[in-house]
Amino acid sequence: MTEIAEPMQAAAPVSASFHTGDAAMKRLRSRYAAERRFKIYGILAISFACIMLVILLFTLLKGGVSAFWQTEMRLEVTLDAAIIDPQGTGNPADWDRGALQTLANNALYKEFPEVEGRLEKRDLRGLVSPVAGVFISKILDKDPSLVGQTVQLWLPTSDGVNQILKGGIDRTLPEAQRTINDRQLAWVDKMQANGHLKTAFNSTFFTSSDSNYPELAGLFGAAVGTLLTMMITLLVSLPVGVAAAVYLEEFAPKNKLTDLIEVNINNLAAVPSIVFGLLGLAVFLNFFGMPRSAPLVGGLVLGLLVLPTIIIASRAALKAVPPSIREAALGMGASRLQAITHHVLPLAMPGIMTGTIIGMAHAVGETAPLLMIGMNAFVTQAPTSVLDSSSVLPVQIFIWADKPERGFVELTSAAILVLLAFLITMNGAAIWLRKKFERRW
Amino acid sequence: MDTTTLTKNTEAVSTQPVKVSARDVKVFYGAKRALHGVNVDVYKNEVLALIGPSGCGKSTFLRTLNRMNDTIDICRVEGKILLDGQDIYDPKLDVVQLRARVGMVFQKPNPFPKSIYDNIIYGPKLHGLATRKDEFDEIVERSLKRAGLWNEVKDRLQEPGTGLSGGQQQRLCIARAVAVSPEVILMDEPCSALDPIATAHIEELIDELRESFTIAIVTHNMQQAARVSQRTAFFHLGDLVEVGNTEEIFTNPRDERTQGYITGRYG
Repeated sequence: MTEIAEPMQAAAPVSASFHTGDAAMKRLRSRYAAERRFKIYGILAISFACIMLVILLFTLLKGGVSAFWQTEMRLEVTLDAAIIDPQGTGNPADWDRGALQTLANNALYKEFPEVEGRLEKRDLRGLVSPVAGVFISKILDKDPSLVGQTVQLWLPTSDGVNQILKGGIDRTLPEAQRTINDRQLAWVDKMQANGHLKTAFNSTFFTSSDSNYPELAGLFGAAVGTLLTMMITLLVSLPVGVAAAVYLEEFAPKNKLTDLIEVNINNLAAVPSIVFGLLGLAVFLNFFGMPRSAPLVGGLVLGLLVLPTIIIASRAALKAVPPSIREAALGMGASRLQAITHHVLPLAMPGIMTGTIIGMAHAVGETAPLLMIGMNAFVTQAPTSVLDSSSVLPVQIFIWADKPERGFVELTSAAILVLLAFLITMNGAAIWLRKKFERRW
Repeated sequence: MDTTTLTKNTEAVSTQPVKVSARDVKVFYGAKRALHGVNVDVYKNEVLALIGPSGCGKSTFLRTLNRMNDTIDICRVEGKILLDGQDIYDPKLDVVQLRARVGMVFQKPNPFPKSIYDNIIYGPKLHGLATRKDEFDEIVERSLKRAGLWNEVKDRLQEPGTGLSGGQQQRLCIARAVAVSPEVILMDEPCSALDPIATAHIEELIDELRESFTIAIVTHNMQQAARVSQRTAFFHLGDLVEVGNTEEIFTNPRDERTQGYITGRYG
């Protein structure tokens, strides 16, 4: 600059030993001590976080892993044509599927011919799953020629037997505190001794939807619902979020209005998610009349929820692109939009994707707003379109956590494990994508 | 052509026609005035050096010549800048077209994070100068040869431009600017981030480019101004103090402030 510098003010004189004397050494020591203290705090904080994570995973694994197995019993089932097909038409549509449970019960009576009396028989029936008929029905659908034959079938046991065999219920407890009584326990032991009980992989958990019976309940419907919902969320939030960020960062004039918008976007990121649920209820369901419990509405609500996250992250990513790149493009005669689409956006893409991933991960685990739009409905079929009723993983967990049966307790933990796996896969895929993008410099 | 009387600053010293002519150019950043009315002509095929202490407005002036200041919201330009007699601030004039005619090389080498090849063809592609692959190939070779970079990079055209050394990057930026065949090239302290050898390279290059282009260069380095330019303009606190033959400015400046600056009393 052209101003003539003021002559340098000499520093206040200090005694020669100021930087070397005892007092100086003490100051030095206390500075190092502060540094060490700070490091210890940091290590403590990290350890705390790690321990909590380990406890969480351990609890979930301990409670949830058993849900991936299901106890089954081998029964000699007589597929009595008179019971299955009382009208005798031979058409599977005319079968009396409600009566199939009787077949399982009859098979049990045959297994234990000594059991008599109404109460005893009721206890005996309690060994097999009350929805065993559904499994028989599936088997018959696969092979209708079985009608009239007697076959060996592995059918799921009731929740009580399942829990006893997997250790979910302590068999040494007094009889009154068990869901399975001494008589039933003796039968179970006998069956086990005969090799008529086994533990098999619970494929139902991954192929079926919600049910009132834990042995029939699965995550498939909720997982499909989550995928559909996330698809809508991404379709809504990514283009809108990026467009908003680009406009605000690159085109919008800096004035009071844009300041206000900016403040509001930042505030929106901190709005409780249930408020977005209320908005979805009021606007999408009541005003636009969209279907209740549908992934379309869930996706829209979650899309709005993650919009601020994506906008903020995208703006930060755009801001981080060196201005020299913009200048270079403009200097070459690119229009503003060309400079952005050709150079700035590709360079900001990794950052934008990171923001999107964070937002989507947030949305995958979101429950509260979905309760407001009825996604906690009891849905026993996987949705086939975004307009069908559906549940999503976190809401399914919420529903199961509320159920009293012992089987749902382990299902809840297992579902949380699946949700975590979902998140890890999503993040992993996104990180991989980001790396791939980044390599294109 | 504007025929208002020229101030003493802009006496004609070249036999070449005037390429760019600034008349009473004032630039404002918000309420602050950065340039107080600059009158200067740049002649065809000459190198005009803009010198002056930091903050004197020389870069600001340079950037008005291809309207790079448009990108700054609060910046406002008054006065007239004529390119071949046509006002470049005429609302009817397209800024994209202008920047194809008036190229720019920046202080910090700023190649696109793409391959060397893609860096060069970006401009021609943008302005539709070529469509076929062989045409692009030819543009790339010609531009890189002009920038004296061809021999160094001809075997690695597909490698990232950002992987080159600083001096090579700057020559790549010059090649990129040259690729669209502009009429005027603006250079904003192109050597300030380079070592002396790379600087010497660029200076030689500027001298060669003068034959085909009109060049305005901002520099902090007075030796550089003396070496590369035919005429020099000295800016001080937003005023164009003096403009004339480089030799004259450096040996016999008329203004006291110029004298003070070139002898190193301030700067």
